[in-house]
Amino acid sequence: MNSLILASTIGVAFGWTLERAGLGSARKLVGQFYLNDLTVFKVMFSAIVTAMLGVFWLSRLGIIDLGQVYVPETFILPQLAGGLVFGLGFVVAGLCPGTSCVAAATGRGDGVATVLGLFMGVLATGLCLPRFAALYGSTPRGTFTLPEAFHLPYGTVVLLIVLMALGGFTLAERIEARR
Amino acid sequence: MIPARAGRPYANPYYAGIALGLVLLASFALAGRGLGASGAFASAAAGVVRAVSPSTASANFYFSRYLADGVNPWRDWLVFELGGVMVGAWLSARLAGRLRATVERGPYVASPVRLVLATAGGGAMGLGAVLARGCTSGQALTGGAMLSVGSWLFVLGAFAAGYTAAPFLRRVWQ
Repeated sequence: MNSLILASTIGVAFGWTLERAGLGSARKLVGQFYLNDLTVFKVMFSAIVTAMLGVFWLSRLGIIDLGQVYVPETFILPQLAGGLVFGLGFVVAGLCPGTSCVAAATGRGDGVATVLGLFMGVLATGLCLPRFAALYGSTPRGTFTLPEAFHLPYGTVVLLIVLMALGGFTLAERIEARR
Repeated sequence: MIPARAGRPYANPYYAGIALGLVLLASFALAGRGLGASGAFASAAAGVVRAVSPSTASANFYFSRYLADGVNPWRDWLVFELGGVMVGAWLSARLAGRLRATVERGPYVASPVRLVLATAGGGAMGLGAVLARGCTSGQALTGGAMLSVGSWLFVLGAFAAGYTAAPFLRRVWQ
């Protein structure tokens, strides 16, 4: 199949599930940070766990080759700093890049504004980036995974993340029930 | 026509999350890559910079990556994927009766203020996503599921900053 047709098809499914979960709604998303609606955590971590288990078992069964799946490269400092700035922007906007497109497509003006802001932010940062090239390229670790960092077998890390997620879901239900 | 009704309630978050995980898994298996969003903005920005000033675009190490060897940034994988996201979201909301022209905001914030904040927040996320080489889709979901250390650091940073900033923005949302 043409890769752009595949990209669009995967995108449609992605946008559909985000909208079904209610993640086009900024007020629902920020509920995560005021602990009155933990949908973000629940959706994000059940998705991560599902895909992680799928990748793990499909590669064990020899159906997919882990080496053929692209893993984002690690740059410790810029990714930690980028995460901090991103998190701040997330609470101010109430939406993230993917969900701002969902919000915009479902009639929300705040989604359109976030999309515009994102575009300007990426454009301005890209234009200024040569001046901050040292920070941008600092602490490179290449493809660096948790099993390598903690010297643990892949399956052990997968199991630990599943347990962490289950613990997190239990806690999330308790926090929401308290309200 | 955009109906003015509230529409059907949203799906169970765990079922929606599992469905999202299966979409991500399908992307891994069929395309050899995960999901993304901010990367499409980077491609579009590269395209705009090249249209305005080709020499600036080719001299910039960040944008030139999206333009290498006569690549058309508007035919980028993530640009088409994000276009699909908008179509899928619209379709889902349409069928659930949830399409509505509105500005979502806290009860004490006027629409224009909300739009300025949304633009500013978007700008900050743009900066963060360039530094981090991805956002909640490309790093948190995709890199998270592939157990990338940088992706998990990004998630930690984003949640830490979110919880730290939230009390100061309480008036905006509640």
